[in-house]
Amino acid sequence: MSQSKGRFGVHGGQYIPETLMNAVIELEQAYDHYKNDPDFNRELTELLNNYAGRPSLLYRADKLTRELGGAKIYLKREDLNHTGSHKINNVLGQALLAKKMGKTRLIAETGAGQHGVATATAAALLDMECVVFMGEEDTKRQALNVYRMKLLGADVIPVKSGTATLKDAVSEAMREWTSRITDTHYCLGSVMGPHPFPTIVRDFQAVISREARAQILEAEGRLPDAVIACVGGGSNAIGSFYHFIPDEGVRLIGCEAAGRGIDTFETAATVNTGRIGIFHGMKSYFCQDEYGQIAPVYSISAGLDYPGVGPEHAHLHDIGRAEYVPVTDDEAVNAFEYLSRTEGIIPAIESAHAIAYAMKLAPTMDKDKIIIVTVSGRGDKDCAAIARYRGEDIYE
Amino acid sequence: MSNIRAAFENGKAFIPFITCGDPDLETTAKVVRAAAENGADLIELGIPFSDPTAEGPVIQGANIRALAGGVTTDKVFELVKELRRDVKIPFVFMTYANVVFSYDAERFMARCCECGVDGIILPDLPFEEKEEFSAVARQYGVDLISLIAPTSENRIAMIAKEAEGFIYIVSSLGVTGVRSEITTNIGDIVKVIRENTKVPCAVGFGISKPEQAQKMAALSDGAIVGSAIIRILEKYGKDAAPYVGEYVKEMKEAVDKS
Repeated sequence: MSQSKGRFGVHGGQYIPETLMNAVIELEQAYDHYKNDPDFNRELTELLNNYAGRPSLLYRADKLTRELGGAKIYLKREDLNHTGSHKINNVLGQALLAKKMGKTRLIAETGAGQHGVATATAAALLDMECVVFMGEEDTKRQALNVYRMKLLGADVIPVKSGTATLKDAVSEAMREWTSRITDTHYCLGSVMGPHPFPTIVRDFQAVISREARAQILEAEGRLPDAVIACVGGGSNAIGSFYHFIPDEGVRLIGCEAAGRGIDTFETAATVNTGRIGIFHGMKSYFCQDEYGQIAPVYSISAGLDYPGVGPEHAHLHDIGRAEYVPVTDDEAVNAFEYLSRTEGIIPAIESAHAIAYAMKLAPTMDKDKIIIVTVSGRGDKDCAAIARYRGEDIYE
Repeated sequence: MSNIRAAFENGKAFIPFITCGDPDLETTAKVVRAAAENGADLIELGIPFSDPTAEGPVIQGANIRALAGGVTTDKVFELVKELRRDVKIPFVFMTYANVVFSYDAERFMARCCECGVDGIILPDLPFEEKEEFSAVARQYGVDLISLIAPTSENRIAMIAKEAEGFIYIVSSLGVTGVRSEITTNIGDIVKVIRENTKVPCAVGFGISKPEQAQKMAALSDGAIVGSAIIRILEKYGKDAAPYVGEYVKEMKEAVDKS
């Protein structure tokens, strides 16, 4: 009889080649041990606070609030973390865990390059080798991040197979892991893949909502009415939601990349347009055709350009605890520009999807309501691409 | 005795792998017949998948070509049904869990039974997840083939005890593809398998030359070859059947010597 592990309702599991099974079992055992180890936690907290710059600010965006004329908006500023996004939270945890397990080499996939940069950073700091797989298409969209990774000492391998984007980078990282397990840890960047990754990544990202919950109680003396975050695989979103899940009065809203719209084929809105399937080690929702062939998805955001979603999000959707809304390229680009002008904060194009939905939602809510929006990363990396989107060619 | 078991009754088994629809289904039919006529004991038929994460570049290429040609799961079932009129050796499908899951596992297994498919290999379905598919496969007489890898170690006995059809021993770490050398101690793995089951085992991943096939078959019950055959298809396209036939003959003779 099977003993399937890591389920979120019907989702999750471990759909991976036999070659990797002992590696994920070893990882699970190590994680179960170290997550309760006081020394490990002390070391990780030290890194998060004194290296990555945590806790991140919960910033009351007064000007944005005033202009939108509805609910009071707070921004959880993950863009202020070292390396410029929430990805560092998970990477420091996994890199430290890998080091304790005796691994000397980290491999990672990256879409926008934020996770790749974070992994390359942790590898540099902890004296580990680092190889990052990145879709060739994304290496062009995010040339600056490719340079940053190389500067940090990582090898960046452009992946040419399939659509040459994030899903292909994940496939290639998995292939690499099957060929080299003994000294290598696969530092997965989102709450996806086989168990125990969705749980490990969620736990390391849960610091976002642990802080935000305490910060909002401190600032307002009450919980927010809604928490909004963008969702690709869903790591910043699950991190933003996690400690609010038991608080039933808090709406949890994940913003999916709709690309050119959910009524077109050029979309990456998995929960809105996909159906249940099995891919990349997990059962969850995927964009796919009637025969289960994974669909080539599209979004302006390389970080959200993924045909699946983490299994815990799929479950939160099934039970109705979280809502998943589509946000188009156009709406995200408008929000990117709007937040830059109103608050002087340039968000990552991924995070701009969450801002865009807040811009729609806030005006429909009373002024005594509160929204927290997670700004998962900063937008410097996106400036050239957004300029191109607006028909302007700038040199980086 | 299952039909698959019979494939191992004729000396050591030689098992070629062919991606259905590469470059088209008519060629696949010709290649399957050529392989069967030249001594293949069992044929692994690949149902193409968009993102074959266990495959190296050669078989990835075959999957892309087949899908670009418009192959679907239904068309593959039709092909098998047609082949079954004259080809008697066992067929096992090799595909990915999502292909079966999205078709509906019960409907998929029922079609296997109806079209004459004897087993199925799902490289992304490890022991822990197999119950979801094996219960319904058993109901329709389809063997769910288990894989054992160089890293399986303490898991070999557990997997072997519940194995059906045959056991696929993955010779090397990494993905499918031709290798110049196989360094895993296959003999040690086979020893543990034999202690736990009477189900036969065959070695695959990395085998291309007759000497390698002979060596691997000597250590087990047979040899499986994929990428080397796909390369022949890559090279000769629609005219590949006689070349595959010739290759299968040479490989079957090699495993017979072991």
